Amino acid sequence: MYRYDEFDATLVAERVSQFRGQVARRLSGELSEEEFKPLRLMNGLYLQLHAYMLRVAVPYGTLSSRQMRKLAHVARKYDKGYGHFTTRQNIQYNWPALVDVPDILDDLAEVEMHAIQTSGNCIRNVTSDQYAGAAADEIEDPRIWCEVIRQWSTFHPEFTFLPRKFKIAVTAADNDRAAVRVHDIGLRLHKNDAGEAGFEVIVGGGLGRTPYIGHTIREFLPKKHLLSYLEAVLRVYNLEGRRDNLYKARIKILVNAEGATKFADLVEAEWAAIRKSEIDLPSEEIERIRAYFAAPAFEKRPEESAALEEKRKADPVFARWLRMSTVQHKTPGYAIVNVSLKPIGGIPGDISDVQMEAVADLAEEYSLDEIRATHEQNLVLPHVKKDDLYAVWKALEAQELATPNIGLVSDIIACPGLDYCTLANTRSIPIAQRISERFADLGGQEEIGELKIKISGCINACGHHHVGHIGILGVDKKGEEFYQITLGGSGAEDASIGEIVGRGLSSGDAVDAVEKLVHFYRGNRQDNERFLDTYRRLGADPFKEALYAAA
Amino acid sequence: MPLLKFSGSELAPALEEPIQEVALDDWRDNPQAHAEATALIASNDARLEDVAGDLSGFSVIILEFPTFKDGRAYSQARLLRERFGFAGEIRARGEVLRDQIMFMARCGFTAFEFAGEDTIGATAALAEFTFAYQTAADRIEPVWRRRLDRAAAA
Repeated sequence: MYRYDEFDATLVAERVSQFRGQVARRLSGELSEEEFKPLRLMNGLYLQLHAYMLRVAVPYGTLSSRQMRKLAHVARKYDKGYGHFTTRQNIQYNWPALVDVPDILDDLAEVEMHAIQTSGNCIRNVTSDQYAGAAADEIEDPRIWCEVIRQWSTFHPEFTFLPRKFKIAVTAADNDRAAVRVHDIGLRLHKNDAGEAGFEVIVGGGLGRTPYIGHTIREFLPKKHLLSYLEAVLRVYNLEGRRDNLYKARIKILVNAEGATKFADLVEAEWAAIRKSEIDLPSEEIERIRAYFAAPAFEKRPEESAALEEKRKADPVFARWLRMSTVQHKTPGYAIVNVSLKPIGGIPGDISDVQMEAVADLAEEYSLDEIRATHEQNLVLPHVKKDDLYAVWKALEAQELATPNIGLVSDIIACPGLDYCTLANTRSIPIAQRISERFADLGGQEEIGELKIKISGCINACGHHHVGHIGILGVDKKGEEFYQITLGGSGAEDASIGEIVGRGLSSGDAVDAVEKLVHFYRGNRQDNERFLDTYRRLGADPFKEALYAAA
Repeated sequence: MPLLKFSGSELAPALEEPIQEVALDDWRDNPQAHAEATALIASNDARLEDVAGDLSGFSVIILEFPTFKDGRAYSQARLLRERFGFAGEIRARGEVLRDQIMFMARCGFTAFEFAGEDTIGATAALAEFTFAYQTAADRIEPVWRRRLDRAAAA
């Protein structure tokens, strides 16, 4: 993991003291709420329906045990005993008092954490593959480049007042777990024909009101030029992006208005003018950062574990959890463990302080002190010895963190919706809970297979409904909540935007609709087809018919 | 509205020296009619590259912040300094607030038509951060170079 040196630590500490001064000016009345708003937003502090909400950055989703314990402490001391992991690998607290926020930030700074650029029209916390450093299919650890981007983008003087917020995601694997095609900039690290690693640069993807899959504007960017190229993209966007209409201000609108080819030409021309300047890091600094992401001290172990096999055979409940929750690790004898924050009927992404402490303990004892947050609102213990999987499962189960539903119908992404959010038109969480309860049978879920349901409580699409295999969008019609179903979306390497399949449904009908769609899929799938594959093979019409015919 | 300018590395209230302003479009339409102008006002959508060769005829270029949220002038200032080599005063006009001045200074602004009252606070805000991660127009040593220097000295 990256560790702060005195430069990083000083900047974060100075940021806290700056914000402490700003909060004091607000509390004394020197700053109006209107004047304070942009300042608090630069520090991840929102004003929600009922209270302030503080969004804490988890850079590229990586946490140590010590950091997780501090998150638990914040939940306990300043909030209502829980936090909420978001679709951007961050954590949100829903009930902090304004007067406490500088103290919270001070506490977080003790463990090298902060809330910088988790909000506002700036370059947001960079996200990545939650399996980075452990995945069998990555070509190198993408977090090296995430950290390079984190430092470059922190308090970037030119790009702090962009037309709109700006999100960058990085992956280094063919299986895209970071949704790089639906980000403002997606970076896919891959190898060219000569065997050198470089970035595919994908620009202008995004969800929201106007969803787009990003365009590749450069197939191969040598790694050492990453920052100068990003600076060129951001400068073109800062100067040319629309500022007359909030809803047309994201880079995707600019890229699609100009056309990807013309946009790429603008970027290349800008890059040609700046690429020789001192934006890119010297190799010494890249190597310094790289050293922090060197593989941890894995033991030399056999690939298979006799102890594990014995438990697997003896305990079918454990065996199911293994099938659903663990993933191949690049090191023999180790596994990646997914920790579900989606108990049946629970609130997606929520976690109590006690659960956070438990995960921290497990990471310390069994996962080389590392934890990851995922954009699907779960956690990961990335480096667990196969011999230890049974003990880890037992401990997770005791904390209700072992629901074997990763990637299944009840592993739902949902935005906070009208339960918390000022933008929402409808509630999202109760729909997620009811779908989860409807499909509570775990064997049934496994039989259905991979099915990604994503729910947004308004058109801003924070619940990623456009890229759900089944997407659900809440809309308000004359004070009543309705839910619009979209089908066939994907945020992965086979990215696509879901299609709307007909009129909006009541909340009860929306839950029934999911069941009807699943029933139709099960009757029509071939071989091991996922729901998404069957949908793509058959097209929307038969699914629509299944959804509306009987109703 | 106080005008703040750098005096060395300190920001201090400055006496308004008389300048003759002209908007970029007006000047392009008829340079002869504005031969006396000393300050060029470039709007946020001005194409600075079109007038790059003529910039040295002005001692001041004024860039605008119609609201503090509109950040185009940050890029314009960097282009003026780093690409077009403008060495005169770059002045920020509009919603120029305490908490943005540091960013403006880093992008090459040297004069500020400060929209607030607390000029001491604005000066203090400039000193809130000891380091910067990235290069910009102010030539502050980025953190990565300080790290290299320190490693070399060790």
